[in-house]
Amino acid sequence: MRQGAVRALRRGVAAAVVAALVLAPWTVDDYTVALLARTLALGLVAVSVGLLTGVAGLPTLGQTAPYAAGAYASAVVGSHLSDVGLVHLGVAAAAGAALAAVTVPLVVSARGVVLLMITLAVGELAVTVVGRWRSVTGGTDGLAGVPASRPLWGMPLLATDRARYLYTLVVVAALVGVVLLVLRTRVGLLLRAGRDDEARLRASGHRVPVHVAGVHVAAGAVAGAAGSLLVVAQQFVSPADFGFDTSALLLLGVVIGGTVSVGGALIGAALVVAARDWLFGVLPGQAPLVLGLAFVAAVHLLPDGGRRPPVRGRLLPAVPARRAAQDRPTPTGVRA
Amino acid sequence: MTPLLSADGITVRYGSLAALDGVDLRIAAGQRHALIGPNGAGKTTLLDVLAGSTRAGGGRVLLGGRDVTRLGPAARARRGIGRIHQRPAVWSTLTVRENVLVAALPRAVRPGRWHPSARRRAAERTADALLARVGLTGIAAVPAGHLAHGQRRQVEIAVGLAGRPRLLLLDEPAAGLSAVEVGWLLEFLRALPRAVAVLLVEHRLDLVYALCDTVTVLRDGRTLATGTPAEIRASGPVREAYAEGVA
Ligand SMILES: Nc1ncnc2c1ncn2[C@@H]1O[C@H](COP(=O)(O)OP(=O)(O)OP(=O)(O)O)[C@@H](O)[C@H]1O
Ligand SMILES: [Mg+2]
Repeated sequence: MRQGAVRALRRGVAAAVVAALVLAPWTVDDYTVALLARTLALGLVAVSVGLLTGVAGLPTLGQTAPYAAGAYASAVVGSHLSDVGLVHLGVAAAAGAALAAVTVPLVVSARGVVLLMITLAVGELAVTVVGRWRSVTGGTDGLAGVPASRPLWGMPLLATDRARYLYTLVVVAALVGVVLLVLRTRVGLLLRAGRDDEARLRASGHRVPVHVAGVHVAAGAVAGAAGSLLVVAQQFVSPADFGFDTSALLLLGVVIGGTVSVGGALIGAALVVAARDWLFGVLPGQAPLVLGLAFVAAVHLLPDGGRRPPVRGRLLPAVPARRAAQDRPTPTGVRA
Repeated sequence: MTPLLSADGITVRYGSLAALDGVDLRIAAGQRHALIGPNGAGKTTLLDVLAGSTRAGGGRVLLGGRDVTRLGPAARARRGIGRIHQRPAVWSTLTVRENVLVAALPRAVRPGRWHPSARRRAAERTADALLARVGLTGIAAVPAGHLAHGQRRQVEIAVGLAGRPRLLLLDEPAAGLSAVEVGWLLEFLRALPRAVAVLLVEHRLDLVYALCDTVTVLRDGRTLATGTPAEIRASGPVREAYAEGVA
């Protein structure tokens, strides 16, 4: 009964959000439309963060790395090889997946706070490389004047903010749909089981490292595709798009949006980005502080706050408990 | 005939403490073997070593004559070792049915014709049959995290069997169960097909004697004796050692 009501409410919210997104370019000015397109791209990165952090229980601060790889790969291909958006998307997703695959050995056995630190380092390293590799990335100046693209062969160029926005919206909707469909298969079941109890999953014969590597590479591909959308949306890309503040915003958005729902991750990230841009005008220079406080508040006040976060391993170091004591059957929950 | 499982000279040390100190164990196919001993004797540690979740400092483990000492828990599970933990381990956000389904997937038999969901279908059939056998069909859609202790234990038993094990390791399955639930457990274990061998760690000797044909007594990480229930009951030193520990 209550579950049904919750589901109906979620459906309603989702439908309202989709309707608003479709109608947006006819109701707001071009500047806002461009801003929305960029926010959608970031929302797709948030989906990849939600896939790792929320669904699989593998918290990450490093999805800016495949995001950047996808963005630059897309910009380079767009400037020199092809003006077809689908090609850019494919190349960007492949670049994001390849970058994630390279980092698999670093993340495959790390969990909890250690994983957060490793992924943070990966993200920072990616920004540094991008800033230094001037011949390809334009260094800290970035790559300006990326030519306009067309979605498919034979289609017109995306010449207006509205067209670029609608293209971004269609791609994000399609990719989110694919992610949701895949999560309904046994893939989703195994990821959630790994989040709940990884040792039990091993004891049942599952190759957990393969699951971890797989979701990591898949999330890399999604973030890479988002990078391509960023390039379409702002026709410019620079290391400033991939800094630590972006990673932190994404994680905040995913925590606020409900760590276990992929759609919630997208909405949460959009809200956080909107809040940041608004705060930037109201309290120049203070935005990071306010967002930091919002993060702490979110973790503690939201319905899940205070309970153990649904991640594999510990987020906070704990005193090692003697296993023999911990192994005893819990007297609570014993039926009379 | 080679035993289904044989462990030789298993040693596990935690700092200066020898949790296991040269333990030998042999289990024949289809056997009901009990492992008893006072708290801290090393029973759980021995199950961990057999299941591959703890690496022994010394000794080796053979399963069906093949050396599995260096294999991890997942590989051993795929070779037929099922495990029920001392504290029921279930996937708490998954439903009861999803729990059994996930456990059935690695060894689900794929029918000849290739189909994207053939493996899932096969696992679903295994899971539904098991749910009925264990008596969980009525709560199949309930998230396992919402269940009481006794029902979680039932779920984990179904999870342990879903991988079609040749050897089922049970760590104090009766602990924390009501008298009715213990009765159910005994009947269920008795009805297990002989294709599954059982290694049962249990403090309740009535269960041990009712189910098992061989008993090994462990104390301070060493085997004190192995024999039939009658032999173990008759052995004075064993009774003393055991009573001392549980008193
Ligand atoms: N991870 C660990 N670190 C340190 N000591 C451990 C660890 N695991 C077990 N021990 C110690 O090893 C010994 C054997 O423990 P084990 O859990 O195997 O005993 P047990 O026979 O299962 O006892 P119980 O009947 O209480 O379950 C105990 O002294 C225990 O404290
Ligand atoms: Mg024990």
